[in-house]
Amino acid sequence: MTIGLEHYLTVAAALFVIGIFGLFLNRKNVIIILMSIELILLSVNINLVAFSHYLGDLTGQIFTLFILTVAAAEAAIGLAILVCFFRNHGDIAVEDVSNMKG
Amino acid sequence: MNVADITFYVYSITIIVAGLLTVTSRSPVHSVLWLILCFISAATMFILLGAEFVAMLLVIVYIGAVAVLFLFVVMMLDVDFAQLRAEMSKYLPIALLIGVVLLMQLVLAYGTWTYSEGMEARLVNPTPAPDEIHNTQAIGALLYDRYMLPFQLSGLVLLVAMIGAIVLTLRHRADVKRQNVLAQMYRDPAKAMELKDVKPGQGL
Repeated sequence: MTIGLEHYLTVAAALFVIGIFGLFLNRKNVIIILMSIELILLSVNINLVAFSHYLGDLTGQIFTLFILTVAAAEAAIGLAILVCFFRNHGDIAVEDVSNMKG
Repeated sequence: MNVADITFYVYSITIIVAGLLTVTSRSPVHSVLWLILCFISAATMFILLGAEFVAMLLVIVYIGAVAVLFLFVVMMLDVDFAQLRAEMSKYLPIALLIGVVLLMQLVLAYGTWTYSEGMEARLVNPTPAPDEIHNTQAIGALLYDRYMLPFQLSGLVLLVAMIGAIVLTLRHRADVKRQNVLAQMYRDPAKAMELKDVKPGQGL
């Protein structure tokens, strides 16, 4: 049995679900939440590259680059906010943060 | 089963196991290390799919920059992670429920789909034959031509992220003496020193 598109989609789906699972499992630990978001974006990248390969169309790989850019920007900003929050509060328990009264 | 198939299975199992350990492991440093393993396996999978450029970018950008950034932040913040993990078992049932439901939905979606009619004719950017133009060259030709505007805009996103991160984390400490350049430049040398003629035996 050769490896088809469905195999890659299955791996990506599993990784996506693991990312969502991590989001709900680590409600308090914002670092792990950010890592889960990275996992979710990685699974989307796997989907795009797999489709790009099996359709014979390069557009998927181009959009993988853009997702990579956005993921890097998101991680940098998220960690900067985290460092800022840690300086003001002394911990990173984000579950009951209500400074902005939103 | 040839070598490519075995490689696919090995790395797909590695991706899933490393992803699970990323979200469940005890210390966040271990989480980052499992995340790095996950990225490396994904890069290998991209090479299997013939996307060498994206694979190398994943290694350089994700592992070289993002994961190391995570590692720095985890090690810099002095947080009691055991306390943060104490209530993890409380969220386990709802997390499992949502995960299983989502997985079932995805399986349903992946189970029944086919390519539409005449799909080959409607490809926007068909991949050139790899023995003529290799992957990096083809992506470059596309990125700098057809996707020039999105490429520039993604550069803008990175610039905004950089400025934002610097603005958020920069702080002026009050207890550190700093050089005041303007005060130095506007200083008047004629007023800097005053000469007094002190008469002997009188003082000032």
